[in-house]
Amino acid sequence: MSTAHDDDRRKAPAGERVADWADGRLGIYGLAKANMRKIFPDHWSFMLGEICLYSFIIIILTGVYLTLFFHPSMNEIHYHGSYVPMQGQLMSEAYASTLDISFDVRGGLLIRQIHHWAAIIFLAGMFVHMMRVFFTGAFRKPREINWLFGFLLFVLGMFTGFTGYSLPDDLLSGTGVRFTQGAILATPIVGTYISMFLFGGEFPGGDFVARFYSIHILLLPGIMLGLVVGHLILVFYHKHTQFAGAGRSNKNVVGMPLLPVYMAKAGGFFFLVFGFIAALSAVATINPIWVLGPYRSDQVSTGAQPDWYMGFAEGLIRAMPGWEINFAGHTLVLGVFIPLVLFGLFLGAIALYPFIESWVTGDKREHHILDRPRNAPTRTGFGVAWITAYMIMLIGGGNDIVATHFHLSINAVTWFVRIGFFVGPVIAFIVTKRICLGLQRRDKDKVLHGRESGIIKRLPHGEFIEVHEPLSQEQMHVLTAHEQYEPAEIGPTVDENGVERKVKAPQKLRSKLSKAYYGEDSQIPKPTAEEYREITSGHGHH
Amino acid sequence: MSSQETPEENLPDEQAADKNGEVAVPGEKHPFADPGLPPHEHRIQDIDERAAKRSERTVALLFTVSMLSTIGFIAAFVAIPVDKSVYIWPLGHISALNFALGMTLGSALFCIGAGAVHWARTLMSDVELADERHAIEATPEVKAKVMEDFRQGAKDSDLGRRKLIRNTMFGALALFPLSGVVLLRDLGPLPEDKLRHTLWRKGRQLVNMNTNEPLRPSDVAVGSLTFAKPEGLEEDDHEFQTEIAKAALMIVRIQPDDIKDKRELEWSHEGIVAYSKICTHVGCPISLYEQQTHHVLCPCHQSTFDLSDGARVIFGPAGHALPQLRIGVNDEGYLEALSDFEEPVGPSFWERG
Repeated sequence: MSTAHDDDRRKAPAGERVADWADGRLGIYGLAKANMRKIFPDHWSFMLGEICLYSFIIIILTGVYLTLFFHPSMNEIHYHGSYVPMQGQLMSEAYASTLDISFDVRGGLLIRQIHHWAAIIFLAGMFVHMMRVFFTGAFRKPREINWLFGFLLFVLGMFTGFTGYSLPDDLLSGTGVRFTQGAILATPIVGTYISMFLFGGEFPGGDFVARFYSIHILLLPGIMLGLVVGHLILVFYHKHTQFAGAGRSNKNVVGMPLLPVYMAKAGGFFFLVFGFIAALSAVATINPIWVLGPYRSDQVSTGAQPDWYMGFAEGLIRAMPGWEINFAGHTLVLGVFIPLVLFGLFLGAIALYPFIESWVTGDKREHHILDRPRNAPTRTGFGVAWITAYMIMLIGGGNDIVATHFHLSINAVTWFVRIGFFVGPVIAFIVTKRICLGLQRRDKDKVLHGRESGIIKRLPHGEFIEVHEPLSQEQMHVLTAHEQYEPAEIGPTVDENGVERKVKAPQKLRSKLSKAYYGEDSQIPKPTAEEYREITSGHGHH
Repeated sequence: MSSQETPEENLPDEQAADKNGEVAVPGEKHPFADPGLPPHEHRIQDIDERAAKRSERTVALLFTVSMLSTIGFIAAFVAIPVDKSVYIWPLGHISALNFALGMTLGSALFCIGAGAVHWARTLMSDVELADERHAIEATPEVKAKVMEDFRQGAKDSDLGRRKLIRNTMFGALALFPLSGVVLLRDLGPLPEDKLRHTLWRKGRQLVNMNTNEPLRPSDVAVGSLTFAKPEGLEEDDHEFQTEIAKAALMIVRIQPDDIKDKRELEWSHEGIVAYSKICTHVGCPISLYEQQTHHVLCPCHQSTFDLSDGARVIFGPAGHALPQLRIGVNDEGYLEALSDFEEPVGPSFWERG
């Protein structure tokens, strides 16, 4: 028996023998059985998350390369590299080594620019990916924790980006660091302590580049790597969501197997993203620190802008009136502290949203079929309102750029932002909800009366009509597959014996919210089978 | 929050499923029911071997271009000098090496990706498959087993019964992180009154930042903006950056009649006023001066101060006026400080008062 077994071994191809070896130690066949032909649904919007993952990998690869040349030191030296305009100038070693990477290391500039572009794309990708997940309701049970992982990645990504672009110690980034330090000082009670501890004394001191460096290359990316792995494990474990369609239900997942199709597409997409960013870095300069000059705490350039993802924080700071309250020998710097708090609350709101919605619906079931945004008008309205506020603050963050480019008064732009931050989201919410309801009506119309064919027919008595084609079974299914909640009622407050029942405030709030979400004004009832039969069995379609 | 709050009938039904859970089939009763997975439609490559061959050649071509690009990358790395600049429309004069390396690397990577995706889309099977989902939460039996195991484990540990062990253990675990907190103490000094003082004091001369020469009143013309530092502070001093971050001055000359603020006039010398250059909002150096109105604007967040009226804030997010430095002229005819700033310069903070 054993010799026969050994013969099999010898005959097996090399790959199989390696796999056997690994299986005996790692149990890989068990893993592969469950996952090798795992099904992944296809939709263009599912690639947004992939862009984030791939740019994160690109950032790590290029970042490791950059650490080989970058000197995280604030020691002042006289520059003697090959960039002529800065010869002999006093600058920190951090700045000088960034010049070296850009001008003396072959390919150094390319890698630096890939690193920076990938970071910008990473953050933009996460922003759009989160929007996709939000508007399609993919954050619902069982994916709330993964939503939080993603949210944390977005926030940590912002701070990793900020600490990263601060490292070259150039005039622009130094201004950003000064802004951060000024904002920290505004924190009541502990502000000055945090500032002294973070900077090792007064601003700028000689420590912050080295400290930001360890935060940027070790602490934050370490946490993020853990979160990314957790995020992916959960995506695998929950299986992917999918849009409603023929054969697609809440109980299955329809698509292509991991091996080979998804692996080829997703693996290929990594190279597409990497190739695109490399070509972008060949033709588009990002963060030309040699134009800006080394940081001096008494100098500044005009038009100073953070990277885009910090822009809305910048807008909050710029738009806020300069309120200060002095009392009992202390100063409450509301003009800076309120934006700081708003920054946290504004971001925190999206983190909490899934829990708020599940509380309102009281729905404890798993959801794997995605919503079309129009079928959740209130949620979609909230999302658009949030984005509107974000974008208005992004305009506020660039109020000087907007003013100079469009020849507007800076005061007018600032006042527009101040008012727009409150009014804009309300208008956006109302308009979005109306649009969603309109689209729902159109869907209902299409199901009941068919789609417009564009064919005009003249009837014997002279009337012109447009021929409507009935939808296919699949189309009708897709347009009616969404679930519609009924608003939760508090129920009678007096029971059958006439005893009054106490209704707690949270319950009342929930009932109100539920009505706002799913009341008559917030959704168009789906076409029913009766309506359909009545229309189709009657006088034909028109 | 409990599930009893929402009656079942308020939750929507599973799409087109009967109440007894059976999947609906399209028909009179369920006009919108799921018709099920459609039959697979063949692509041209599935039925025409010539089309498949074309796809194969396209993929191979892409992979070949990638190989050539990598060779091009290495050739560019070796051949192009690092400081060579080249004109490329519409980009202008750019680094030749950066352009060549980026384009070849981009092409090498992009072609691998394009090849793989084209291969997957045209030649690999595109038959859609369905996997079943299983509920994430455990069955009641599994849950009961886990709870039982946990109870047994907790019981075996005696944690609930031996409160002394439990409480001291919690105490030990709660206390030991304090060591880590204590270790962070030396990250920086305590604030004390560091933010209240600058290098300025009585008798210290104002030195022109650009020429490094002490300033005479005649050096400051009406309409000009001069930046100054305290005498003795040199650029290559170890503490230069930190000291200048507080001591940097803006000096302008205003007709004494135009100065609206009484104290400002008192602290000036023949209409020459010296203000902190550091914005009271979040600390950017102010650099834009409008000579007609005597307004200065911080380029970071657009706080605007009126230098003819005690540098009070007239627009923007700053919370209070720029601190003024009291100046005079010494025996040699140079501008000098008559004291340190009377209030802290730069951004506000809790202890400022």
